[in-house]
Amino acid sequence: MDLKYSESDEAFRSELRAWLARALPELPAHPGREDWKARRRFDTDWQRRLFDAGYAGLSWPREYGGRDASPSEQLVFLEETTAARAPNVGVNFVGLLHAGPTLMTEGTDEQKARHLPAILRGDEVWCQGFSEPAAGSDLAALRTRAVRDGDDYVVTGQKIWCSFGQVGDFGELLVRTDPDAPKHRGISWLILPMDLPGIEVRPIETVLGSSEFSEVFLDEVRVPVANRVGAENDGWRVTQVTFSFERGTAFVSEMVEARRLLDDLAALTADQVDRRELGHIAAELDALWALTKRNVSQAARTGSPGDGALMIKLAYSETRARLGELSLRVLGRAGLDLDAPEVGEMVEERLRTLSLTIAAGTSQIQRNIISERLLGLPREPMMTL
Amino acid sequence: MNFDLTADQEALRDGIRSRCVSRFPMKRVRDGFDRSVWDELGEAGVFSLRADGFGLADAAIAFEELGRALVPGPLVWGHLAAGRAGGITGGIDVVADGPVIVEHLDAIDALAVIDAEGVRLVPAAVIDGAEPAARPLDPLTPVHRVGRLPDGDRIGGIDLLTQWRLEGAVLIGAFLVGIARACTDLSVAYAQERRQFDRPIGSFQAVKHILADMAVRTEVARASVHAAACTVDDPQMEVTRAVSGAKLLAGDAAVTNGLAATQVHGGMGFTWEVDVHLYLKRAWLLGTAFGTSGAHADTVADCLPAKGDTP
Repeated sequence: MDLKYSESDEAFRSELRAWLARALPELPAHPGREDWKARRRFDTDWQRRLFDAGYAGLSWPREYGGRDASPSEQLVFLEETTAARAPNVGVNFVGLLHAGPTLMTEGTDEQKARHLPAILRGDEVWCQGFSEPAAGSDLAALRTRAVRDGDDYVVTGQKIWCSFGQVGDFGELLVRTDPDAPKHRGISWLILPMDLPGIEVRPIETVLGSSEFSEVFLDEVRVPVANRVGAENDGWRVTQVTFSFERGTAFVSEMVEARRLLDDLAALTADQVDRRELGHIAAELDALWALTKRNVSQAARTGSPGDGALMIKLAYSETRARLGELSLRVLGRAGLDLDAPEVGEMVEERLRTLSLTIAAGTSQIQRNIISERLLGLPREPMMTL
Repeated sequence: MNFDLTADQEALRDGIRSRCVSRFPMKRVRDGFDRSVWDELGEAGVFSLRADGFGLADAAIAFEELGRALVPGPLVWGHLAAGRAGGITGGIDVVADGPVIVEHLDAIDALAVIDAEGVRLVPAAVIDGAEPAARPLDPLTPVHRVGRLPDGDRIGGIDLLTQWRLEGAVLIGAFLVGIARACTDLSVAYAQERRQFDRPIGSFQAVKHILADMAVRTEVARASVHAAACTVDDPQMEVTRAVSGAKLLAGDAAVTNGLAATQVHGGMGFTWEVDVHLYLKRAWLLGTAFGTSGAHADTVADCLPAKGDTP
């Protein structure tokens, strides 16, 4: 057990720090929140800069254009980019953090060659089409139908909570390919080109007044069978792979940013009761960072991040909610204006993070998974099967 | 950076664990602390671990197992004082801990006292006028109220005081993680065995969500204690921040899990017969040792930017 970064990790750190010091001042101003075209341009431009400098897809194998970096280098990257206040992944979130890793594990050679380098270069943006109006926590109840017709699936149905649906080039799409099979066994995972005829994207206005999520309506959309990831009707298993990335690793960069927000909030906080709560939250975030280091170390040894990875999302999202509540308490009436200089962003973050205990599996679903898979407790009796 | 347990650390953990299972079953633990407990732990190397070349991280791994078995006694003080005092050594921090309530006074040979100037050692025999509590909160930790402690011999100054407070907080934290873990294990077992409405109560979300939270709380606290121990062994970040965060999270995890275990056990959790109350009571007791959660939260907050700083 040791927390010390190696000499080569530290060399990586100073090289990265020097690059960030040069690259960040060259960035254009961050576009407005609702200007999705400009946001896409900004985020993919940043991704391209990372790619050109050799910092894209740190954990990805070299054959897909990645760096094949050690786990500790990935942590150093997060520490340094956050400390330097570099842009976050933005619209590249789905592609980089869960669609890409899913393709890497489950995709065909053609699918990997087509998409992985493009995601890394920032040429391709992905969105997610998993949930449906009647299939949220009970995702396997999804009804969007795909009927085989020659070399295509003809897809009809409705998706909701599609992250970055407005700017996506491709979507992770779950469809029902066998309506007669038990619900977990009739699902397939497809790559959906978002420019196909029959697709309509309608933005959802969130509590933030923003529209990073959309509804997607599919009306007899012809998706090539070659776009299927994994075997037909084996999509639920592929979905678990996607979830393992979405819940296990995609949250790590969030967590590092939360520690920065905590420092920003501390600099505004004098009240002793509030500062004590800050101390408590800081201890939790420090501990979650330590747990992340443990998961990463275990993953390097055993290939699986262990029990801790299942716990990170639940623990982090609950701690983050406490931090958000504290920020509103500290800001008081100064927080009543979302555009207030200095502090408006903090209020906006409170609103945005209301979704963390819901998205990618609610806290309640996470507790079911932990109690059943890790603690071995029996499943709750179902009303119907 | 490799934050996984090494093979040696796993072997140490397994060794202490199996010794606890064979030598300290709950039946014996319920008899409380005596010289035989001290001697056996001494033979197992619990007190001399670091003199034998192990680090604080290794000691933390051992103390988590002792906590899981709820082994009674002034074990952390014994570990801190190893090599500086002979016989059974208890301890107290008269600056941080408030009124002078001494644990295990009848069983110890000497009392290590942290005061404003450092650490002194007082032979137990010269402490007089001590009033025993007829009903101590933790039945396995007898306490005496002491009016005035004799001076004894000074064995160290501010450096030793600082070192003991940090190491003591980490080791108590490790013991508390063990308690949090034991409470989870007891509750999971009970929820699988206890049936109501024709099924195990552990199948109900209202119960299993409590258990999931207990497991998560324990894992987060354990990572924090291990990080603090590694940081004391080889300072990479602010040591006080790491240690205070660890004691805080471990103390809260043990008490919260003790309360949750009581709830999951229903009426049985309110009985003397079921072990849950012994874990909860020890968690409460240790929450008062080596700094309270509130004090540690303040210490962590002091490591954050102050109002008006540029973060």
